[in-house]
Amino acid sequence: MALNTVDARGRACPEPVVLTRKALEQYPQGVQVLLDNATSRDNVRRFAESRNYKVALSEQGEDFVLTITK
Amino acid sequence: MSSKKHVILAGGLVGLLAVLLVHFGNPANMGFCIACFIRDIAGGLGLHRAGVVQYIRPEIIGMGLGAWLMAMGSGDFRVRGGSSPFTRFILGFFVMIGALVFLGCPLRMVLRLAGGDLTAILGLVGFTAGILLGIVFLNKGFTLKRTYSLNKAEGFLFPAMKIAFFILLVVAPSFIFFSESGPGSMRAPVALALIAGLLVGFAGQRTRMCTVGGIRDLIMFKDAHLISGFAAIFVIALLGNIITGNFNLGFDGQPVAHNDGLWNFLGMALAGLGSVLLGGCPLRQVILSAEGNIDSVITFLGLLVGAAFAHNFGLASSAAGATANGKTAVIIGLIVVAAIGFLNMDRSADVTMKGDVKVGA
Repeated sequence: MALNTVDARGRACPEPVVLTRKALEQYPQGVQVLLDNATSRDNVRRFAESRNYKVALSEQGEDFVLTITK
Repeated sequence: MSSKKHVILAGGLVGLLAVLLVHFGNPANMGFCIACFIRDIAGGLGLHRAGVVQYIRPEIIGMGLGAWLMAMGSGDFRVRGGSSPFTRFILGFFVMIGALVFLGCPLRMVLRLAGGDLTAILGLVGFTAGILLGIVFLNKGFTLKRTYSLNKAEGFLFPAMKIAFFILLVVAPSFIFFSESGPGSMRAPVALALIAGLLVGFAGQRTRMCTVGGIRDLIMFKDAHLISGFAAIFVIALLGNIITGNFNLGFDGQPVAHNDGLWNFLGMALAGLGSVLLGGCPLRQVILSAEGNIDSVITFLGLLVGAAFAHNFGLASSAAGATANGKTAVIIGLIVVAAIGFLNMDRSADVTMKGDVKVGA
């Protein structure tokens, strides 16, 4: 399944979490989030898990990709 | 990875070290105060000439170096910058003005409460009000835009600056000012202050401890992760103050504080609003600076220059209360910072959503 993507690279916290929340309201089945720092990675993961989503992490060069699904 | 247990342990460590630093010489309820310590450094460097608040505080040196070493070791050292640097400088400037009208950064606000200083309650209420206003801007798409990768060398300058401060502290050349009376003359031994700073730097880098983040996340996301560290600082410092005899409950005669409620409220409202827009309290800015976040380095410089202005122009409060100039500066600050919040709302934030684009394999 192709997921919608949120590009939150370069954004300072809490912006990546705000963007992810907004995206999940629009696409409740799940989204992918691109991030480039560990703080945002952990914050977005914690947020998604608190909303009972499953979160998978992969790395793309210097960036992190979080795949958030039901 | 930082679990809630780690944040609580880190908060407890900060509370414990704060009590120890006061016991061994720091001003009361000022085991740590990022705003006060940066202000002391500004004075030590002669950027302001308020004779009672001049010292190159080893705690700040330790925090910067500790967080840098930890970031280097953990792979979190990533050099980034370019997210509205001048806006961040101005926000840092006004966060410092607000903090010095209240007389403490958000961390010292917690430590003042833990020392029984009830004048800090209105500071906490103001701080929360400032954060609430900042959240309105965040929810409406406030952004200072993205950062970009920079050369590694750029990121080494902040820790190098800390080493330069340390050399100035130890060599103490005649152009450096050290207070002979007042808060700037009250110091824990250099080695203890440096080690305490290093430990807070390690813990702060690992757990991303942040006072403004604590209240912000609780309100915005109902996430109690960061605020549990905030609570741990309070509980451990409270117990420590009671044990060491530094707990004095009341409104009057509190150390390095005043009982001017409105200006305690408005000063911290300005600090809270500015910090939310910056994405972190002054403590967090020091830690981020050490991790290679150049925008936070610019914020640090804003704090430093704000401290120099605060004392050169008589903006900082004293035990007697807020000054007329300080009150004017807080009002100007609230207007400027609110305008920054308003003018940086990006209603097109959802263009970052790309429909049905698959990323990666």
